[in-house]
Amino acid sequence: MQRIVTRVAGEAGFYLAIAFFVVVTTFPFYWMLITSFKTNPDLYDVTNIPFWFNEAPTLEHFRYLFEQTLFARWLLNSLVIGLCVVAITLIAALPAGYSLARMTGRNGEALGIGIFLTYLVPPTLLFLPLSRIIANLGLQNSMWSLVLVYPTFTIPFCTWLLMGFFKALPPEIEEAAIVDGCSLFGAFVRMVIPLSLPAILTTVIFTFTLTLQEFVYALTFVSSSAQKPITLGVATDLVRGDIFFWGEIMAGALIASVPVAIAYNLLLDRFITGITGGAVK
Amino acid sequence: MATVSASNIVKRFDEVLAVNGISLAIPDGEFVVLLGPSGCGKTTFLRIICGLERQTSGDLVIDGNIVNDVPPRARGVAMMFQSYGLYPHYTVRNNIAFPLRTQRVSGTEIEKKVKWASRLLGIEFLLDRRPRQLSGGERQRVALARALVREPTALLLDEPLSNLDAKLRASARQEIKQFQRRVGVTTIYVTHDQVEAMALGDRIAVVDHGRIRQIGTPTEIYDEPADRFVATFVGAPPMNLLTHNGACLGFRPENFLPREMMRDGAVTEFWFRVDRYEYLGSERIAYGTIEGFDSTQFITAKLPARIAEESVRPGERHLFAVHRQDLRYFDHDGKRTRGH
Repeated sequence: MQRIVTRVAGEAGFYLAIAFFVVVTTFPFYWMLITSFKTNPDLYDVTNIPFWFNEAPTLEHFRYLFEQTLFARWLLNSLVIGLCVVAITLIAALPAGYSLARMTGRNGEALGIGIFLTYLVPPTLLFLPLSRIIANLGLQNSMWSLVLVYPTFTIPFCTWLLMGFFKALPPEIEEAAIVDGCSLFGAFVRMVIPLSLPAILTTVIFTFTLTLQEFVYALTFVSSSAQKPITLGVATDLVRGDIFFWGEIMAGALIASVPVAIAYNLLLDRFITGITGGAVK
Repeated sequence: MATVSASNIVKRFDEVLAVNGISLAIPDGEFVVLLGPSGCGKTTFLRIICGLERQTSGDLVIDGNIVNDVPPRARGVAMMFQSYGLYPHYTVRNNIAFPLRTQRVSGTEIEKKVKWASRLLGIEFLLDRRPRQLSGGERQRVALARALVREPTALLLDEPLSNLDAKLRASARQEIKQFQRRVGVTTIYVTHDQVEAMALGDRIAVVDHGRIRQIGTPTEIYDEPADRFVATFVGAPPMNLLTHNGACLGFRPENFLPREMMRDGAVTEFWFRVDRYEYLGSERIAYGTIEGFDSTQFITAKLPARIAEESVRPGERHLFAVHRQDLRYFDHDGKRTRGH
C-alpha cells in the first residue's frame, strides 16, 4: 500500500513538473492566439477576464493586416530573405564545416572555435562597420542588404553545427568512396551530403528561424515599408503614433510563427533518427 | 591483377614516424599478410598503397607504374575497411555497383558483374536490402563483393574479420582464402591476429614500429624467426626465451617436453618446476620456471592433454628437455644467431 502511495506521489510530482513547464512555454502562444482573435472592445476593457473571449471571436485583425497594411509584402520579403540566406549559408557552411571536421589536430579545433566565437559578436556592435559596407554597396534601405548581412551570423553558427555532425560521420564511408573511384568532391556530394540530410535540415530550419526573428539589422538598414521583413514591419508599422494595436500585432506574430512551429515539430523528429545505421560495425 | 612493390616507404605524421622504411615486393596473385601489434604502422602502409595517405618518401609501384602521385581512384586497387564502410543510404545492389558506376561502366555490364560478385559470395538474396538490415557476416560479404566487382589490380583488406564473432571468423577466414585462390587477385591483408596470418598468408610480413622485422612463409616465420620480436609475437603461447649473459636461448612451448617423452637425438635438459596448469581441452599449458635461470622468467610448456597431470605435479621439479634442432639463439640485440 505504502509503495503504491509513494509511486503515485512520485508520478504526480513528475507530471506536475512537466505541466508547469508546458504552461510556462505555451502561455505566450496562447496569449498571442486569443489576442489575435479578440475584438478591440474586448481587448481594451480592463474589467473583462483577459484569459478568455468575453465577446465573440473576430477575424477583423487579420482582415486589417492583409487589406490595410503591407503585411503580405513583409511576409514575402521575409520568405525571400530567408530562402536566399539559407542558400548562401549552405553553400558556405557545408564545405567549411566539412573541411574543419576532417582537419585533424589542434588547428582544426582552434579554427572551429574561432569561427563560433564570431557568432557571439553582438549585432549591436557589428552593425556599425556593416552599415558602411552597405552604404558603399548602395544597398541602404533595401531588403537585399539583409540578404548580405544575415550570413555573417548564420554561416559561423551553421559551420559549427555542421562541423560537429561531420565529425560524428565515420570517415570510412568517404574513404571507401574515394578508393571506389570518387574524387574528394565526388565523395562529399555522393556520400557526405545524403548522409547529412538530418543535419542539413536542422541547419536550414535554424537559419530560416534566425533570419525570421532578426530585428536589429533590419531596423538599422531598412526603413521603407515595402522593403521590411515581417519582424520589423509588425513592430514598427503596426504601432500607429504611440498606440499598440495588440490585435493586429498578435495576428501578425501568429501568422509568422505558425510555419516555423510546424517545421520544427514535423521535420526535425522525422529526419534526426539514425540514417547512418549499418554503415560501420 | 598486378604486382605491387614498395621501396623504402616512409610516412611521418608531425613527430610520429608511422612507417619507417618499408620495402616489399609482391608478385601477381600472391596473398601477403602484414602482421603486427596495433599502432605498428601496418594500416598506415595499407592506406599509402591505396592512396588515402601520401608517403613522406619512397616509391610505390603498382603494375609496373609509379603511382606516388596517382589519386586513389586511378590506382585501380580495392580496399575493404575494418568497419566495412558500406554506403548506408544505398541498397546492397547499389553498394556493389558503386565502383562500376564511378568508372562509367554500362548498365547491362554492371548488372552482369553485380550478379557475378553476389553469386560468388552467396549474397544474391540480399541485393535489395540496406546495410543496416544485415548481420555482421553479411556486411562483410557485401564489402568483399564491392571490393571485387571491378576486378581490382590489388585487394587490400584491413582487419576484415575483427568485427565478427570467433566462430564466424574461422569460417570467414576459410572463405577469404578459397576465394582469393579462385579469383587470383594480389592481396594484402592487415591483421594483428597471428592465427589469421598463419592460416591465410602465402607470405607473412611481421611489422613493428613501422618496419618489417621479417618476411617469409608462415613456416619460416614460425620456425626460423629472425629476431626476438618475431619469436615472441608469433605463436601462442609465444616462444620461451632464456636470457643468459645477455644472449638468448629460445624454444617453442610444444618442443619443451618431459625428458621421458623424448626419444633419441641430441637433447638439452632442464629442470622445470611447474607452477600451475591451464587446461585447454586438446592440450595443457604448464607455467613454471627453470632452475638455474632467473626465477621471475616464466616458461611455458605445451603438453598433450593425454599426459596425466599426476606425472608432472605442480610444485615439483621435473626433468624436461628440448631437441637441439629446436633451439634458437639470439644475440644481445635480439637478432638471430647460428648458435654455439
